Amino acid sequence: MEGAMLADAKIRTESGTESGPRVSGCSLRHFACEQNLLSRPDGSASFLQGDTSVLAGVYGPAEVKVSKEIFNKATLEVILRPKIGLPGVAEKSRERLIRNTCEAVVLGTLHPRTSITVVLQVVSDAGSLLACCLNASCMALVDAGVPMRALFCGVTCALNSDGTLVLDPTAKQEKEARAVLTFALDSVERKLLMSTTKGLYSDAELQQCLAAAQAASQHVFHFYRESLQRRYSKS
Amino acid sequence: MAEAVSVVAESLAGDRARAARNVLGQVVLPGEELLLPEQEDAEGPGSAGERPLRLNAGTRSRGRVVCGPGLRRYGDRLLVTKCGRLRHKEPGGGSGGGVYWVDSQQKRYVPVKGDHVIGIVTAKSGDIFKVDVGGSEPASLSYLAFEGATKRNRPNVQVGDLIYGQFVVANKDMEPEMVCIDSCGRASGMGVIGQDGLLFKVTLGLIRKLLAPDCEILQEVGKLYPLEIVFGMNGRIWVKAKTIQQTLILANILEACEHMTADQRKQIFSRLAEC
Repeated sequence: MEGAMLADAKIRTESGTESGPRVSGCSLRHFACEQNLLSRPDGSASFLQGDTSVLAGVYGPAEVKVSKEIFNKATLEVILRPKIGLPGVAEKSRERLIRNTCEAVVLGTLHPRTSITVVLQVVSDAGSLLACCLNASCMALVDAGVPMRALFCGVTCALNSDGTLVLDPTAKQEKEARAVLTFALDSVERKLLMSTTKGLYSDAELQQCLAAAQAASQHVFHFYRESLQRRYSKS
Repeated sequence: MAEAVSVVAESLAGDRARAARNVLGQVVLPGEELLLPEQEDAEGPGSAGERPLRLNAGTRSRGRVVCGPGLRRYGDRLLVTKCGRLRHKEPGGGSGGGVYWVDSQQKRYVPVKGDHVIGIVTAKSGDIFKVDVGGSEPASLSYLAFEGATKRNRPNVQVGDLIYGQFVVANKDMEPEMVCIDSCGRASGMGVIGQDGLLFKVTLGLIRKLLAPDCEILQEVGKLYPLEIVFGMNGRIWVKAKTIQQTLILANILEACEHMTADQRKQIFSRLAEC
């Protein structure tokens, strides 16, 4: 099943990378997204990338604790819940990365002294978890109607020991990789909003990964547009 | 994978600013830029390069453009900040300009001056009531802002009561303030909502749809049973019919009609009219 999906995505990617530098073996897994599936939060989305799945809920602009109040902009909070157990250091670090990315695109000055809370629940982790979290939080923010300067997406690249590049790696590929790089890109200028890396890589390889991620981001943004158009076609 | 072919073409088109006129009624996404009609002419192929200096450019007959919800001025263009369908309303006289806004399906209410809303009294403190309207902070409501209220003659408002009122102060930097009288001092329908009835929440988009002047849902609902109904722009609806059963039926219909087509609605109403 998964093999077939990977093949699908490969065709899609290869026919669509004319605008970016072509990278051999570049493929994204199958995406799926559902919005407004929870009734209590102001906005919610579930995002699937292959077997990785994240559920996101957004509350806001809502009431804020006095201790967390910022007088000229909204307080952005991101809470990441792992599938089992309590959130640890890894989750806190990811929360911070996601929060910094969201802060770059959310127009918080339009709602001062309020809080915007993004709650992410990992449903299943099969690699590229941070990228999936970023995508889920973007779709949930859009669903909640939070004003944003641009959309954003997350793309994970893995570099193998022989130098080949794998986009959107599975957990197994991530484990075998020499380096794993995750980028957040915005939809307007396709510029870098956030990057986090693990492992050894050269300067040229970083640039190569970034270029591949930028090319892949087009597919993610195209997918966003399709899924939002489908949502608004109902009314 | 038929859509794969169009990937490149669309994503490239998405980068360029599109003319606002051409995307009316279509779905726009945050980050898109829109061109207004007069900019279209200016940036057309004919006038590429330097534009001639125009005398008395200020008196040029151009309509005033108003950015509604979901849009922001970005230099001389419009920047979309919310996802939804782009709408436009022509101004009363003359062409060009008018109001542009994005019709989005959000659940969270942000107070807007002049909106009629349903609030719940959460606290009484001295001469003001705190009213929860679903925004980021409770609105304040003076006890003098009711019809016929004086310092001696206080209105009978308890904590937990429902209030139908209007915003007189609502901006992002200040606490919102409500009143239950119009500028002449008349209640005109506002005030404490009576006993019984049912309050429920729907999306803000549905409220706008139901309150549109040409909405056939309300007319159909009115034919079913005699009812009392209050719509708050903050996504709250209060409804009361003769019996609890009828009230619940009405609430369910109103909740369900958001995602129904006109034909489906007709079917439902004809089935209900039979029983």
